[in-house]
Amino acid sequence: MAAVAAAEQLAPPLLEVVGVSKHFAGVIALNDVSLDVRRGEILGLLGENGAGKSTLLKILSGAQPPTSGRIVFDGAEYRPQSPDAAKRAGIVTIYQELSLIPTLSVAENIFIGRAPLGAFGIIDWRRMRRETTGIIARVGLGIDPDTPVSALSVAEQQLVEIARALSLESRLIIMDEPTSALTETEVSQLLRIMTQLRAEGVAIMFVTHRLEEASAICDRMTVLRDGRLAGHLNREDKPIPIHEIIEKMVGRAASELYARPTQRNAAGAVRLSVRGLRTVRDPEAPHAIVLDGVDIDLKAGEILGVAGLVGSGRTELARAIFGADRIAAGTVTLDGQPIAPASPADAIELGIGLVPEDRKHQAIFAMLGILQNFSVAALRAYSNGLGLMAEGRERVALAEYKKALSIRMASPEQSIDGLSGGNQQKVILARWLARDPKVLIVDEPTRGVDVGAKAEVHQILVQLAARGIAVMVISSELPEVLAVSDRIVTMRQGRITGEMPAVEATEEKLMALMALDQRQGETR
Amino acid sequence: MTTTTEPAEKKGPNTFGILKRFGPLLFLLALVVVFTALKPSFIDPINVFNILRQISITGLIALGMTFVILTAGIDLSVGSLLAFCGMVAAVVAKGGTANSMSLSAGGGQGFGWFAALLAAVIVGSVAGGVQGLAITRLKVPPFVVTLGGLTIFRGLTLTLSNGGPISGFDASMRWFGTGLVGPVPVPVIIFAVAALLCHLVLRYTRYGRAVYAVGGNAEAARLSGLRVDRILISVYIIVGFFAGLAAFVLSARLNSSEAVAGIGYELTVISAVVIGGTSLFGGIGSVGGTVVGAALIGVLQNGLQFNNVSSYTQSIVIGLILIVAVAFDRWLKSRSRS
Repeated sequence: MAAVAAAEQLAPPLLEVVGVSKHFAGVIALNDVSLDVRRGEILGLLGENGAGKSTLLKILSGAQPPTSGRIVFDGAEYRPQSPDAAKRAGIVTIYQELSLIPTLSVAENIFIGRAPLGAFGIIDWRRMRRETTGIIARVGLGIDPDTPVSALSVAEQQLVEIARALSLESRLIIMDEPTSALTETEVSQLLRIMTQLRAEGVAIMFVTHRLEEASAICDRMTVLRDGRLAGHLNREDKPIPIHEIIEKMVGRAASELYARPTQRNAAGAVRLSVRGLRTVRDPEAPHAIVLDGVDIDLKAGEILGVAGLVGSGRTELARAIFGADRIAAGTVTLDGQPIAPASPADAIELGIGLVPEDRKHQAIFAMLGILQNFSVAALRAYSNGLGLMAEGRERVALAEYKKALSIRMASPEQSIDGLSGGNQQKVILARWLARDPKVLIVDEPTRGVDVGAKAEVHQILVQLAARGIAVMVISSELPEVLAVSDRIVTMRQGRITGEMPAVEATEEKLMALMALDQRQGETR
Repeated sequence: MTTTTEPAEKKGPNTFGILKRFGPLLFLLALVVVFTALKPSFIDPINVFNILRQISITGLIALGMTFVILTAGIDLSVGSLLAFCGMVAAVVAKGGTANSMSLSAGGGQGFGWFAALLAAVIVGSVAGGVQGLAITRLKVPPFVVTLGGLTIFRGLTLTLSNGGPISGFDASMRWFGTGLVGPVPVPVIIFAVAALLCHLVLRYTRYGRAVYAVGGNAEAARLSGLRVDRILISVYIIVGFFAGLAAFVLSARLNSSEAVAGIGYELTVISAVVIGGTSLFGGIGSVGGTVVGAALIGVLQNGLQFNNVSSYTQSIVIGLILIVAVAFDRWLKSRSRS
């Protein structure tokens, strides 16, 4: 055993990343990162959001070139010019957003662009089906090769992607959060297949947030933090301990990123109360996480931080309260009155606001001016009984918010597209302030906002709570949650897994609650 | 804290800014200058009013189409709907399909011009509303729903009229098509008033803001509390209303409602809106642009005719202009961004 391990150590690694950096317009996304992957091993790539994992994946998959550094794959210099070139070189990346074509069959998807041809250049369907059956059997799929991909579950589609990667003779398969949309049975099936592929000599890079999965399956781990290498962990005789991973992921530097406001808001009465909230899977949004009995209380004048990883159900919780997604069971009360908003319009009418996570697609009107973007949720307030806009009042209000939130803009007519992310976010916050909401839910308040403006946005949120608004802040950045919240709840797989006052919270505690399976050891 | 300063708007007139805003208008003026240079009588008031009268029918529909395209929708049914509304107006005006070939007003059995007008705009609005419901409730794309409408309304027209025209309206109705107020033809006045109203609605009302928002980003509009489906239905009602109004004016002008009226109008109408700078992807555009777009097509048709260019060639030129106008618009936008 030791001899084998020693021999493996001696053989050159399959993939070697040496001192790779990536700079974007003044931002250093990846700073001097080195790692290696050996044949027949599973390497875990871990790190918080923004640690640089996605940037590294983009470089390895050929989507972006590194700014500096060297990559060696299978003994040769590896500089893919495109994702296609990366595939041809033998590295296939499987993203959360699967790349299969839903209307085509499993066989067509596996052989897309390289269908076996028979006489006269006609597709040899029999051979294609036969080979497909063999290929998908390797990943434990026993389905008809003619099944359209749209009829498969997410887990099955993932296996089809892996099968396609195998049939391309990939030597390294990179899997980006493959388990986040799977049920637990599906996860164990996937992990079993990964183990089996490892035994066949395939190298796998496993990017995940799920620490126990990583711990269970990975031979080694590379942890990134703030764009730098935080360290490597090796599996000894037993799985890599989770607390070691958390320590590496969190470090110390991260918590010093934001100053925590010293003055905490005094919470008032309960404004919004959610009990037993459940949702069901929507066929139109199969990737959405199903809420499984969520209870939370939101008090006037406090900021409730909701910490959860991507796929924990935090965004779905916000959307359900806001009437954007259908609620299957449970109650929501606002100031003691039961409410059941059937649409965002209803929720807004009741005094709830939502700053959505995806600013570009869900919040801003890129081709419209700042003025139109500002007042869109409060058109009634800035118009008269005849429906005519009272543009004078509207402009005065915008000017006030411009000052109060220090929005840096040239004129109300300026296109919102020309503003920086931070200033766009301030305009969206002003949009809701114009309605004077009772409850404001802010999903990822500083995504795409530069570091300087982040602190400003945090300050605004604290001020809003001080005005008596019940603020709920959803974020995957723990330092942010710690910086703004008065109270913090953690979510995982559609459930609340913990709650604590912010003063008692640490990144380690929160990370453990967000990333670990709480039901292990529970008696049910 | 970083002190990010936003790129301040350029002070003073910006050549590209002006071109971007007034591109189609400048193009229109250039055409007028060219045609006048070729034949000075082109600019005679008689010919100018002639052009304006020619564009007023499709122009009215283009006003409604502007609302639809602003929401990133399309309505291909307007030509057929115009024929159907015209036929309904004729039936109401004449009190039935009898005497359909008589060019006289037909013995006072009809219900008069007002009832005819009301019938045309109500039928148009209802037809538009039904298509809007199909688009929002059944989630069928506007292109498909209104493509269906194009066939359905033509079929309804032929059924109602047995394929033939209904002709002969009384003088009070004909006035809306052929009358003059001073030197100005009545259809031109109707078009001008309607255009002004549409401009005011889009520019200065809550509803107008909502139309731009829904067209600019439907999901963001929904999450901002706008009732997106209602707004979508309303724009199809508006374009249907204008198809009805245009049908009434056209019937009044021709003293006849033809079952084959309005064939191909949808293309002229959409061209006018698009040449006028309204984006087919929604959220960008204006009534002023549409008026200029309609005028541009009218000037081109009339000017080419004036210079004895065959109608076959006219079609080619108008098609080319459509493409050039949109390409020019895109080019300006890419320039002004960089």
